[in-house]
Amino acid sequence: MSEPVKKRGFWSEMIYNNPVFGLYLGICSTLAITTTLNNAIGMGVAVIVVLTISNIVISLIAPLTPDEIHIPVYIVVIATLVTVVGMLMQAYTPELYSTLGTFIDLIVVNCIILGRAEAYACSHNVAESAKDGLMMGLSYTFSLLAMSLIRQLLGTGVIELSNPMNNQVIFSLRLIPEAFEIPVFTTQTGAFLTFAVLSALVAAYKLNDEKKEKAAAKAKADAAKLAAANAAKAKVKEAA
Amino acid sequence: MNLLTLFLSALLINNVILSKFIGMCPFMGVSTKLSSAVGMGVAVIFVIFGASVLSWALYYYCLVPLGLEYMKLICFILLIAAFVQFVEMFIKKNSPSLYKSLGIYLPLITTNCAVLYVALDNISQGYNFIETLVNSIAVPAGFMLVLVIFATIRERLAGSDTPEAWKGNPIAFVVAAIMAIAFSAFAGLV
Repeated sequence: MSEPVKKRGFWSEMIYNNPVFGLYLGICSTLAITTTLNNAIGMGVAVIVVLTISNIVISLIAPLTPDEIHIPVYIVVIATLVTVVGMLMQAYTPELYSTLGTFIDLIVVNCIILGRAEAYACSHNVAESAKDGLMMGLSYTFSLLAMSLIRQLLGTGVIELSNPMNNQVIFSLRLIPEAFEIPVFTTQTGAFLTFAVLSALVAAYKLNDEKKEKAAAKAKADAAKLAAANAAKAKVKEAA
Repeated sequence: MNLLTLFLSALLINNVILSKFIGMCPFMGVSTKLSSAVGMGVAVIFVIFGASVLSWALYYYCLVPLGLEYMKLICFILLIAAFVQFVEMFIKKNSPSLYKSLGIYLPLITTNCAVLYVALDNISQGYNFIETLVNSIAVPAGFMLVLVIFATIRERLAGSDTPEAWKGNPIAFVVAAIMAIAFSAFAGLV
């Protein structure tokens, strides 16, 4: 992935370089676990931790790694981190661990993590890699939150958040009466549909932005042309 | 468990893509052309079958006797990476045209979650060797089935008039949603 040429704001950056809806990386877990907000936050935090630490470690060991075996080396680093995070979650948040199930283990093969290691961490210094890991992890988490908010709200009508350590409900708010729930949003079909709509929105945002940029560039060019024509006219007048 | 039931449920009911959302990256990536979808499907069947049978053997004959069950994630992923590397070298030597058409997706099979998922699933479900064989064929066969159907739909879709923002992947997800509805009808089969 190329570096963005112009500086964008935080949110615009999140939308533009969004790993999920923009680049279609790490879709499996996004579709599978976003049935509730709790799952999304748990998964997001796990990915942020793994991604940040793996970026740091890989940026440190990249100069020492022979080129031919760099992928296996990176994968072992990532797998080790995921094992550690998985064990911690099993110990402290057993309920969350059992709902997320294999998807915690499958963080190993989440394309975002290996992708960032390959595209960024191996050629940048520690601080930059850590920042990149954090940013990517955050935008992944935002994508999960967006998906799960829509799916939980439309599917069950309730927004609910509970403490993963002891399963006490922190807050629970029913926004849609029971009769108007759309249970299909909690199923696979709902996941695909929500994803389709959100990724189309991101694409529409990008298209709109590009159009604006093009219009701005065109206006600039027109202004330059006009100025040149005026100058030429003035010259002609002067000569006359 | 009845082996036929196991096969059908892994192939259709618990289809790896449409009901478990596993292996989405190659599903979206190589499904634009039927020929590459078929090639990818065959490669995935071969890799998943080989890798998960080897992982099963590694787990029960090596990790369990040594009491290293918690190392399974690291061992499996290394085994898969090595196995994929081997398959890649084999295809490169024996079928350069297939190698060309699959391009970057072959090394990506390593990070295809389906491979690791099947290896882990065989262990967590406690399947014996025969069940492992059946499961490791049925899951990737289901993957290929959906991939090929999806690729044919997408080939038609490429020529249709889609709104600008929905072009490419977004509309493909809508197709996937409709396919998921269709496949949910298999739930009553077993």
